[in-house]
Amino acid sequence: MAATIRITHDFDVAEECVQDAFARALASWGEQGIPENPGAWLTTVARRRAIDVGRRRDVAVRAQRFLVLDDAAVGLEILESDLQDDRLRLIFTCCHPSLAIETRVALALRMLCGLSTTEVAKAFLVKESAMAARLTRAKKKIALARIPYRVPERTELRGRTDAVLLVIHLLFTTGHTSPVGENLSEANLVERALDLARMLHGLLPEDAEATSLLALILLTDSRRSARVGAEGEFLALADQDRSKWHRDSIDEGLALVGQSIRRGRPGRFTLMAAIAAVHSSASHWDETDWAEIVGLYDLLLEAWPSPVVALNRAVAVSFAQGPLAGLAAIDELSSDPPLSTYPYLSAARGDCLVRLERFPEAREAFEEAAMLTENGVERDFLRLRISQLN
Amino acid sequence: MAQYLVLIYENEESWANVDEATYGRIHAEHNDFGKKHGASLRGGNALEPSMTATSIRKNASGEPVTTDGPFAETKEAIGGYYVIEADDLDAALAIAQEVPAKFGGVEVRPIRVMD
Repeated sequence: MAATIRITHDFDVAEECVQDAFARALASWGEQGIPENPGAWLTTVARRRAIDVGRRRDVAVRAQRFLVLDDAAVGLEILESDLQDDRLRLIFTCCHPSLAIETRVALALRMLCGLSTTEVAKAFLVKESAMAARLTRAKKKIALARIPYRVPERTELRGRTDAVLLVIHLLFTTGHTSPVGENLSEANLVERALDLARMLHGLLPEDAEATSLLALILLTDSRRSARVGAEGEFLALADQDRSKWHRDSIDEGLALVGQSIRRGRPGRFTLMAAIAAVHSSASHWDETDWAEIVGLYDLLLEAWPSPVVALNRAVAVSFAQGPLAGLAAIDELSSDPPLSTYPYLSAARGDCLVRLERFPEAREAFEEAAMLTENGVERDFLRLRISQLN
Repeated sequence: MAQYLVLIYENEESWANVDEATYGRIHAEHNDFGKKHGASLRGGNALEPSMTATSIRKNASGEPVTTDGPFAETKEAIGGYYVIEADDLDAALAIAQEVPAKFGGVEVRPIRVMD
């Protein structure tokens, strides 16, 4: 797809050419068998088709819809380095800061992960027609406002890479705990986020934050099968059977975090990955190095001053210094408007109150959290905690 | 002599659904307007739809923050304009974010190229 856009200068035409190549593959491979390098075969057919279409298209229409490319001459010859470069261009175009963040995520799923519009719509729980309109608008803006199809200059690369990282991270968190609905995790979105993080890390191997995002996703996702109990109920980190954690993901994630940390002043994703790494390195909940985690949260709060980070820090304080200190830290945050209706704040309060044996107050906090959450599995978990208080 | 900026505000949905004949008529009307008032006109252009707009405001630490869509006017009103020429949106945004707009921000809208 990325390689075909270079010829068509147009997302829609490129999509058609790629679909056409797949259709031809079905016919040709059935008769002649699968070629040695199916990927290259598809790319070549799609690009050849694109050149054909390009010759036949009305010049005026083409001029209007052209994507902005900085080099015009493109042959059929495909070098692996060109392919990588095209993929990077596509990532940076789809994740351009002049597009709304939800649009960037949708474009990434459609253009980079190859999901159909129906699938993207489903992932965001919106109607297919609404998603199709959003994607069309986005492609129109890319063409009319001349969002360039290229890798940003070195001087702007940091900010633009951060915009890409945000998109991948949002995709992952949406899949990891879908904010609404009855399934705790949307495995498909998680897989796509992992693919994209791996792709970006492969393309920018020197970028510590890109390395860390891949590590963060691997480490968090290594707990996937341990997060849900036998009855589909949510299991908190403290209650998970750590032998169910995916060892290979943890080993890969820890190695990547190690690389990032050595690259000097850690950024937001490196700190988040480092926190995940501390959890992954403890074989039991009781062995968790909470002082280290609080220290990392202090740094993270500096790099990324967000109320949600502050809440997570307060929870870490409750384990490092005891529930009374944790409760004080949480209550300090509860007047913050974005947190005042945040279910995890009420749940964290409830947890500290249980540990302080202040049960009636704990029940009140859990009831509030259950009312605020929109995730069915999390609500069941909170109800269970309420019933345990009786 | 004084100079004035005349801003054209229209329903974009109506524009999007306009048929070819109506489009031609409106186009001709603009041509007539141009002929009649040529001596007074100092410039003018059609803009691409507002959904192609990108807005820039500075955050608390003074860094430019880019958002999709037109400038949401709350207390602000149009206070001036620049027409710039740039290779692509990145180049345009790099210039636009240096426009002094201490009490608000700027909106970058592609100008429609008429054939």
